[in-house]
Amino acid sequence: METFLQQLVNGLSLGGIYALIALGYTMVYGIIELINFAHGDVYTLGTFFSLMILGLLGVTGVVTGPALIGVVLVTIVGAMLLCGIVGVLIERLAYRRLRNAPRLAPLITAIGMSFILENLMQYWHGPSPIPFPDVVPNPTFTTGLVAIQMKQILVIVLAVVMMIGLQAFVYNTRLGKAMRATAQDRDAAQLMGIDINTTIALTFLIGSALAGAAGFVSGVYYGSTWFFNGFAAGLKAFTAAVLGGIGNLAGAMLGGFLIGLIEALTTQFISDQWSNVVVFSVLVLVLIFRPSGLLGESLPTKV
Amino acid sequence: MKPQLRNVLLAFAAAIVLPFLVRNGAFTNFLADAGAFVLLALGLNIVVGFAGLLDLGYAAFFAIGSYAFAMLASPQFGIHLPFWLLLFLASGIAAVFGILLGAPTLRLRGDYLAIVTLGFGEIVPQTFLNLSQWTGGPNGISPLDQPVLFGYRFGLNALPYYLMILVLIAAAVWFANNLRASRLGRAWMAIREDELAAAHMGINTTKTKLAAFALGASFSGLAGCAYAAKLQLVSPDQFQFNVSVGLLSMLVLGGMGNIPGVIVGSLVISFLDRFLLPQSASWLHVDLSASRFLIYGVILVLMMLFRPEGLLPSRQRKAELHAADDDADAAAAEQELYAEAPH
Amino acid sequence: MPLLELHGVTQRFGGLVAVGDLSFSVEAGSIVAMIGPNGAGKSTVFNLITGIYAPSAGRITFDGAAIAGRKTSDIAARGVARTFQNIRLFAFMSVIDNVLAGQHARLRATLLDDLLHTPRERAEEKTAHERALELLRFVGLERDAETTARNLAYGLQRRLEIARALASEPKLLLLDEPAAGLNPTEKRELVALIRRIRERGVTVFLIEHDMGLVMELSERITVLDHGEKIAEGTPAAVRADPRVIEAYLGAPA
Repeated sequence: METFLQQLVNGLSLGGIYALIALGYTMVYGIIELINFAHGDVYTLGTFFSLMILGLLGVTGVVTGPALIGVVLVTIVGAMLLCGIVGVLIERLAYRRLRNAPRLAPLITAIGMSFILENLMQYWHGPSPIPFPDVVPNPTFTTGLVAIQMKQILVIVLAVVMMIGLQAFVYNTRLGKAMRATAQDRDAAQLMGIDINTTIALTFLIGSALAGAAGFVSGVYYGSTWFFNGFAAGLKAFTAAVLGGIGNLAGAMLGGFLIGLIEALTTQFISDQWSNVVVFSVLVLVLIFRPSGLLGESLPTKV
Repeated sequence: MKPQLRNVLLAFAAAIVLPFLVRNGAFTNFLADAGAFVLLALGLNIVVGFAGLLDLGYAAFFAIGSYAFAMLASPQFGIHLPFWLLLFLASGIAAVFGILLGAPTLRLRGDYLAIVTLGFGEIVPQTFLNLSQWTGGPNGISPLDQPVLFGYRFGLNALPYYLMILVLIAAAVWFANNLRASRLGRAWMAIREDELAAAHMGINTTKTKLAAFALGASFSGLAGCAYAAKLQLVSPDQFQFNVSVGLLSMLVLGGMGNIPGVIVGSLVISFLDRFLLPQSASWLHVDLSASRFLIYGVILVLMMLFRPEGLLPSRQRKAELHAADDDADAAAAEQELYAEAPH
Repeated sequence: MPLLELHGVTQRFGGLVAVGDLSFSVEAGSIVAMIGPNGAGKSTVFNLITGIYAPSAGRITFDGAAIAGRKTSDIAARGVARTFQNIRLFAFMSVIDNVLAGQHARLRATLLDDLLHTPRERAEEKTAHERALELLRFVGLERDAETTARNLAYGLQRRLEIARALASEPKLLLLDEPAAGLNPTEKRELVALIRRIRERGVTVFLIEHDMGLVMELSERITVLDHGEKIAEGTPAAVRADPRVIEAYLGAPA
């Protein structure tokens, strides 16, 4: 029982990372019905950018005292900004022209972009995993049944804060409303005077920024990173988005945490080797039996 | 004879003669590998090009075909079925898995279908890796039985494998061409265009799509046997996602749905991947093999942006992929007309 | 025995009753029509007959067999063909390929025949091509056989859709607003075409808004409003029926 509860805690931290990445997938899919294959690689870029910023700040290990908050803030904001820009650039260069093309075209382009990003990152830091500084002191808090590390608390808290921020933005601001309108009916939104190009670019900006935040958090949590990280993480995050209900923000968050849990439990009770197979099987099963996900709605087609 | 048929025969004659002209063992080996991938590309073309089902995990069928051969013609289980029987058996097994893995995707929309096939593309090799008592785990299965034809053992020279693969390609091209212009081929085209209307023609979309998966997968059974026998090794790292994407790139580059286009696209990518890039270090003084994925990514992106129908397109695909441009042009032209008209 | 019969057919979408307790029949060899204001549920009835939806309640019988809820391809193979309100041609296939695709249910080539290009398949393809050309001549499209379907003029596209529907040698042809968007000349040609279709032995059931066309062609008319049958009978009877007039024009002030 204790192991189960412990895995619950581990799963929540894993899930926080997946949830942040899943939000980007779900936002982009909701607005232009594209599975942005390159999104997982933007997440890895977030880790790489964080590494770069930390290097500039001269951080090589744990940071103590009030400087910690400054370091974390600067790095996260920096990573989010840089990733956001990358996301906007990718949309502008590769996806915008194909907005009305048959679905095949942007999907293949996204795969191509993913390959390009992965190779560029391989140039940057080489083909092997690279260490990431601890940054955050990591005492473990034990509460009788479970133990939780500081880093895990960081992940979960950050993820929840970002999500609340996103919800607030999407539901309480004019820009957020424009995003929702464009997602529902692009042509009608345009007729209402909404600038589609800017709205879509904004969606990519925010989605990629969240992936950047996830990248920072992942670097701190795992202590290392690798150019090819984004592939598996991206697929799992996409699974999370689908599980929760694609296009649905709350769904992406719920899905992220669920997938994190599934992965943690599988690793503990079956084996590490099979955790990927289990998660991908979840993806396949959800798409077959309940493609609208847990929180999504199934829309009938009109003939 | 018809000019088309004459061209095909000339191409095959040239292909047969080529290794004897060049007389380089490594080159013949490259030709044999390229040939195996032409077979795979032709198989994927049935699923993606003909039936319009975007399969991002075709490497899974390559794995199934290869492992089927390896398990039935090696010391692994002590089973040593003859190679020529295994060609049929492996394609049959691959076809069955084509149906099994295709069945769950039948009601899915294009991009979801792609993701599910990608999921299978990850699950299958990982499963082969994990079930190590049967599959040899990360080391795979090796050695494998060599084909024997009328007492002649193929050995380790690539030449007989290459010639056999040419025969397999000839058969595959013939089958694919027959299918394309047949009742089934039209049913695939109809489903690709409008699945609902197709159903109203009496087309059983389930059976038709499964036929595409099965037939497409069967080609990988053939390729799996030939490739594994030549390499004398089957291991899970031969079937990663980059193989699936590489095959898709061949179709994208050459022209989806168009058989000569697919062959050309496949040869170009194979040449790039297995010949040009590895040799680039000595010719260009820059080692480009680490840039392999960058180059593929750029090819995919540029092709999709500027020539999505491929280098040798089928007329229909070209029209399909530029329809959005045509509509935009037509709308723009109409706007101009109204702007000029007196009010 | 009528060719097509609906008994108490009801179709609900969530809380909305699109079709309510609908019963009527279509005799073989006749030309009948279904009319009603927009949103009356007419296309839904067609969708129920061709198996796009399974009715929430009721029975549908075609040619003696129960077809409610069966698969669309199954119903089509039994001899029901249709055209669509918004033309659904195979836009990027050629005109003749569209008609050849329409023959799918009547061709007997098996997977093996197709794969191996057997003599049987070759012979059947030849016959199929000849039949397709004959159908194109029947609707007046023989000169456009190789044209890509989407490049045809609108009126010709409608004709192609009819040719494609006839390719399956149906017993019953459902035409969903075949005159929509046609000019008066084209409408006259359509009337003549429908009559020629009936002469071939095909029963025609059409949904139409053009009253002149409906009155001229149909032997019986069923009138739908808000998913319910409000009148049925000969054109003259329906034209004079006060409930029909009210449905279209509103109640007298």
